[in-house]
Amino acid sequence: MSDLAKTPGTSTEKPAAAAPAAEQPAAPVPAVDPRLLVREEGFKGYWSEFTRKVRGGELGSLPVFVGLIVIAIVFQFQNSNFLSASSVANVAVYSSGLGIMAVGIVFVLLLGEIDLSVGSVAGVGAAVWAVLNVNNGWNEWLAIIVAVLSGMALGALHGFFFAKIGVPAFVVTLAGFLGWSGLQDWMMGGEGSINTPSGSAVENLTNYFFEDKAAGYGLALVAVLAYAASLLVDSRRRKTAGLPARPTSEVVLRTAVVAVLCFVVAYVLNEPEGARGLPLALVLFLAVLIVADFVARRTSFGRQVFAVGGNPEAARRAGINVDRVRITVFALSGTLGAFGGLFIASLSGGATKSVGGGNTLMLVIAAAVIGGTSLFGGRGKVWSALLGMIVIQSIQQGLNMIGMANAIQYMITGAVLLAAVVIDSVSRRTQKTAGRA
Amino acid sequence: MSATPVLALRGISKRFGAVQALTDVDLEIHPGEVVALVGDNGAGKSTLVKTISGVHPIDEGAIEWEGETVRINRPNDAQELGVATVYQDLALCDNLDVVANLFLGSELRKASVLDEIAMEKRAKELLDTLSIRIPSVRIPVASLSGGQRQVVAIARALIGDPKVVILDEPTAALGVEQTAQVLDLVERLRERGHGVILISHNMADVRAVADKVAVLRLGRNNGVFDVASTSHEEIIAAITGATDNAVTRRQARTDTKEDAK
Repeated sequence: MSDLAKTPGTSTEKPAAAAPAAEQPAAPVPAVDPRLLVREEGFKGYWSEFTRKVRGGELGSLPVFVGLIVIAIVFQFQNSNFLSASSVANVAVYSSGLGIMAVGIVFVLLLGEIDLSVGSVAGVGAAVWAVLNVNNGWNEWLAIIVAVLSGMALGALHGFFFAKIGVPAFVVTLAGFLGWSGLQDWMMGGEGSINTPSGSAVENLTNYFFEDKAAGYGLALVAVLAYAASLLVDSRRRKTAGLPARPTSEVVLRTAVVAVLCFVVAYVLNEPEGARGLPLALVLFLAVLIVADFVARRTSFGRQVFAVGGNPEAARRAGINVDRVRITVFALSGTLGAFGGLFIASLSGGATKSVGGGNTLMLVIAAAVIGGTSLFGGRGKVWSALLGMIVIQSIQQGLNMIGMANAIQYMITGAVLLAAVVIDSVSRRTQKTAGRA
Repeated sequence: MSATPVLALRGISKRFGAVQALTDVDLEIHPGEVVALVGDNGAGKSTLVKTISGVHPIDEGAIEWEGETVRINRPNDAQELGVATVYQDLALCDNLDVVANLFLGSELRKASVLDEIAMEKRAKELLDTLSIRIPSVRIPVASLSGGQRQVVAIARALIGDPKVVILDEPTAALGVEQTAQVLDLVERLRERGHGVILISHNMADVRAVADKVAVLRLGRNNGVFDVASTSHEEIIAAITGATDNAVTRRQARTDTKEDAK
C-alpha cells in the first residue's frame, strides 16, 4: 500500500531530546510507530482512506445510503409518483415524529441499554396534552409543555429504577411499556379519542407547510453555509495549532455533497406540481437533530454518555457520575418520546388510545439501529435517527403506493431491521479483526 | 531530594470487621522518588494504596501532605490533593479515542463546548514529553496493544499534574519490550519530580527503577530498604518474614552449586 510510508524523524522534532539515545542501544527510536497508516494529502488520500475503512468494517452510513438509493430506484420503477413532491413530503412528515423519538433511543443505545417504553410514553404525552388542553381548557402551549415534561418525569423514573436500584433497563422499561399504556387508556377515559382543535399548535405540527419557496431554499442555503463555515473554521484552528487538518479538497467534497442533498430536497418540496413547500415538522426534526448531535459530540455530557456506554467502571473512576448520566439519558428519551407523541396525535387528528401503540416502538428502535447506531453501546451517531427513519418511511410509503398489504409491509420492515442488525454485527466482527474495535 | 516528604503516612490502621488489614503502618514519599511497595498476597498493599487514593478512609493514624495533616475520605479528596492512581485493570474506554480517554472526566472546555483542538494539542505534548509512541491520538483505544494501553493509562493519570502517582502492578501481563517502556516511563516520572508508589511482585522491575523498597507483611511495616545497598535476599526475607524458609534454602543451595562450579 502506498500510504504506508512514514519515515522516522520526519514527523516530530522532539523525541531525540526527550528520550536520551544513550539508554537505547538499538537504532534511534522512530518518532512514530512505523506501522502507522498515514493519510496522503488530497483527494487520492481521502479515497484510499475511505476504501481502507470500508474493508476494515467501518461502514458508517454507507449501507444506509446504498439502501436508500436502491429503495428509490425500485419504487420509482414500480410507481412513477414515488419521487413526487407529495410523496417526499409525506415521508418527511411521517419521519419527523417517530424520528424525534428515535433520537432519544439513540442516546439510550449509546449507553448500551434499551428503552421499550418510548411508545407508551408518547401515548401518555399525547393524552396529557389532549386532556389538559381540550377537556380542561388549559392554554395549549402550557398543555404542550406539561405533556413534554410528564414524558421527562416518566423517563427519569425509569432511569432511577435502572441506575439507583439496579433493575435491568429492559425490565424497567418493559414495565413502563405496560404501565404507561394503561395510564394512557385511563386518562383517555370513555372517550376513546380527543380531536385536535383546528388551527391549534398541535394540529400545525404536521399540517403546516411554509408555502413561501424562500423558506426551503433559505434553510438549505443556511445549512450548507453553516456546514462549510464550521469545517473551514475547524481546519483553520487545527492548522494554527499545528495539528493535522482536513485537506481543502475534503472540505469542498463534503460541502458539495451536503449542498446537493439539501437543495435537491428543497427543490422537490418546493417546485413540482402539488408541492406544498417546506413542512414545519421537518424543520422541527432537523432542529432536534442538530441540537442533539451537538450535545453528543461537543459537550462533556455527550462524552460522558459515550464513556458510560463504552466502559461504565472506567467512567466511574474518571469521576463521572454514572447514575446521573443514566437517569438523564432516560429522562431525555422520555422527553423526546412525549414530544414525538404530539406529532403522532397531530397526524392522526387527535389523541387516541392507540397513539404510540402498535408498531411505533419497533419502528423507532429499528430506525436507530438501521441508521447505524450499535446495539452494543458506545458507538453511533445522532443522525442515524434521521437516516434510519427515512429508510423505514420510504419503504412504507413505497409499499403503500403500490398497494401492498399491511401484512407484507410488516414482513419487509422486519427483514430490513434484521439486515441492519446483521450488518452491525458483521461490521463489528470485521472491525475486531482489523483491530479497530 | 527535599526534606519534607510530599506524602507521609503515620501509624495508619485499618480494620474490616474482624480483620485487621493494616496495623500502625508508616510510609514516606518524597518528590522525585520511586518507592516500591512489596509484600506477599494479602500483605495489605492494595488496602494501603486504597487508603491513599480515598477508596477506604483510614481508622487510625494520620496522613500528612507536604507536612500538613489532611483527611482523605473520598477519591475526589485524593485527586484534589494531587494523588493519581493507575489501576491494575486499566480503566480505559475502548470506544473512545486516546485524546478523549486522556481527558475523560476533566475535559477542556471553551464556553462549555469541548475544546478538542486544545485537548489534542496538550495530549500530543504530554505524550511527546513522556516519549510515548502510539500510532495516532485519534484512534480508538481498542486498537492499541497492551503496552500502549498501559502507557496511555499512566499518561492519563498525569493530565491533572499530580504530585504523587500510584501504579498498581503496571507491568503485569506486559511483554519484554512493553515492560521496558513502562519502566522508562516510571523513570521519566521521577525525572519530572513526581513521587511514585510502585506496587509490583516482580523483583527485577523493582530493583530496576525503585529508589526505596517498603515491605509490608501481614499488614505491618517490615522494613524500608534502600535498593542500591540491599541484596535481593534481604528483601525476599523481609517479604516472607523469615530468614530460614523455602526461598532462602533454595537460594543457598543454588549459591553453593555455583560456587562449586
